[in-house]
Amino acid sequence: MSAGDLADESNNKALPGAMRSLAGRLRGGDLGSLPVVLGLIVICIVFQLLNPTFLSSINLVNLTMQSAAVGIMSIGIVLVLLLGEIDLSVGSVSGLSSAILAVGFAQLGLPLPLVLLASLAAGAAVGLVFGLIRTLFGVPSFVITLGGLLGILGLQLFVLGKTKSINIPFDSLVVQFGQQWFLPPWASYTLVGLVVFVVAFGQVSLTRRREAAGLTSTSIAAICAGSLGLLAILGIAVWYLNLSRGVGAPFALFLALAALLQFFLTRTRWGKSVYAVGGNVEAARRAGIRVNRVYISVFVLCSMFAALGGLLAAARAASATSSSGGSDTNLNAIAAAVIGGTSLFGGRGSTLSAVLGILVIMSINSGLALLFVESYVQYIVTGAVLLLAVIIDSISRRSRAASGRA
Amino acid sequence: MTYLSLAPTTTRPREHLLSLRGITKRFGAVRALSGVDLDVYSGEVVALVGDNGAGKSTLVKILSGVHPHDGGTVTFGGNPVTIATPTHARDLGIETVYQDLSLCDNLDVVSNLWLGRELRRNGVVDEVEMEQRSWTLLRELSARIASVRLPVASLSGGQRQTVAIARSLIGEPSILILDEPTAALGVAQTAEVLNLIERLRERGLGVIIVSHNIADVQAVADRIVVLRLGRNNGNFRVAEVTSEVIIAAITGATDNSISHPGVPA
Repeated sequence: MSAGDLADESNNKALPGAMRSLAGRLRGGDLGSLPVVLGLIVICIVFQLLNPTFLSSINLVNLTMQSAAVGIMSIGIVLVLLLGEIDLSVGSVSGLSSAILAVGFAQLGLPLPLVLLASLAAGAAVGLVFGLIRTLFGVPSFVITLGGLLGILGLQLFVLGKTKSINIPFDSLVVQFGQQWFLPPWASYTLVGLVVFVVAFGQVSLTRRREAAGLTSTSIAAICAGSLGLLAILGIAVWYLNLSRGVGAPFALFLALAALLQFFLTRTRWGKSVYAVGGNVEAARRAGIRVNRVYISVFVLCSMFAALGGLLAAARAASATSSSGGSDTNLNAIAAAVIGGTSLFGGRGSTLSAVLGILVIMSINSGLALLFVESYVQYIVTGAVLLLAVIIDSISRRSRAASGRA
Repeated sequence: MTYLSLAPTTTRPREHLLSLRGITKRFGAVRALSGVDLDVYSGEVVALVGDNGAGKSTLVKILSGVHPHDGGTVTFGGNPVTIATPTHARDLGIETVYQDLSLCDNLDVVSNLWLGRELRRNGVVDEVEMEQRSWTLLRELSARIASVRLPVASLSGGQRQTVAIARSLIGEPSILILDEPTAALGVAQTAEVLNLIERLRERGLGVIIVSHNIADVQAVADRIVVLRLGRNNGNFRVAEVTSEVIIAAITGATDNSISHPGVPA
């Protein structure tokens, strides 16, 4: 039986067809992850030329460890951006969660699982309040979460009490996880193998089903090539990190969460409705999607990711202070999602942008730190990169509109 | 009864799907509808025409569950009903394609067709099944769409209209309401949509189209129901009427002068 959709050029997975449709997409302004990947390569080349230790295994391991906490917060930001909303309070929520961990675990001596749950529950409660205010009163999320930013900062200071800074015992499980746990080499390679196997297996079974259904399908050769490419990229990255301390547990958790959430976004009804609401709320409502539930679930998840990020930040610092989650935490989390290619206009993006975006920001931080540049330069450069990313987003949106792909 | 003679006369048996009698609707002091009648049979295209403010939109909103009606009776499939919500209308089998089409531009054709009722397999969305059924449906409608995996923003106006109509068919409705389906379309695209409406009739649906375009209405409708100032002002079989007569009924030049078989005196 011949394919039932022979006319469907976008499904033409033979190499020339794939190249043609990619070129067409790029010309049409559907840039995806391309700009951020190119940017990351340029950043790496520049800093490596300026300071040869930049791409050393030790520095890259540090970079991944710095990325985990804010990266996890950025996953939540990707979610709210997909709805065309914003959450300015993630920094404060992470600070609150740091404070709950330090006070509950180190000061009051409560059991760790209970304290961790309490922190995440606090995050969920904050998100629920935001979501309810957003859906009941229709207040723009910018204003709600701006209020949240201040209010929750106050809550954080209240929880910390008179102590401005609380240390968490170095030998505790949570600090060990945040600072000292690295995947042993055998485990990291096994994980890479497992990931590649699952991806390849999924694609093969998908292509079998598509063949059976009479739809155009990817050739097994192409799947093999893709899987080998993925194996090479992940394998080399893990091998290089393993030259020094290896893959940190928090970073592995970050990647796992990003992958898991992306799966939910693309393969479940909930995920489809997130993209739909971000694209056209009224259409989503008329299609019978319970729009309010989508808003609330996304705000709850975003604040929970922020709380989890706060836990990891406190674990890595082995302390919580009144400035935890302050300074540039908030803006780095938001900037990472945008730099990574998630559109500010809603309906476009993936959690991959949180991963790529936070790597860009942390590379800039790390590269400039290695050059002993003062911190003000770091802020200026990061700000410029963010602006560049937003400009790329706007231009590609305009060229999408021009080529009818808005 | 007289209006039964207006039932389309073909070999296939026609079912009297929908019958409105003396429908009234007020918005505060404004009488939007005062005693409107409407009948729809299966396999029939009924055009609802009238000037601005004639009550077309209000009637459509009553049928699609946006507003409840104040007085009169709605009989659907032989049973009197009050259409309370859009979901209720959909459950009854009345689908509405709004003028703005309500498509998500960022999603591809398959996602838009199945939005809100995605098929699942082992708990995850079954893209293969949805894509296959999308192709089947689009082929049945002879839709000219090159790819179901492109965002709908990249489609032409006619193709977008086709996707919106195809989406409304997924719930297998018995009545389809199209609000200005050819407004803002070019000549070729209008022809495409009118062809599609013919195909809907062949599938045995009762189609109500709201339109300002008399030429389009004459090309595709079996029957034309004219509203004027919230009342019926004509009920014509297309084969037996000229556009002058229709326009006269719309503008009120022939107030109540045409026989209206559907309206009790």
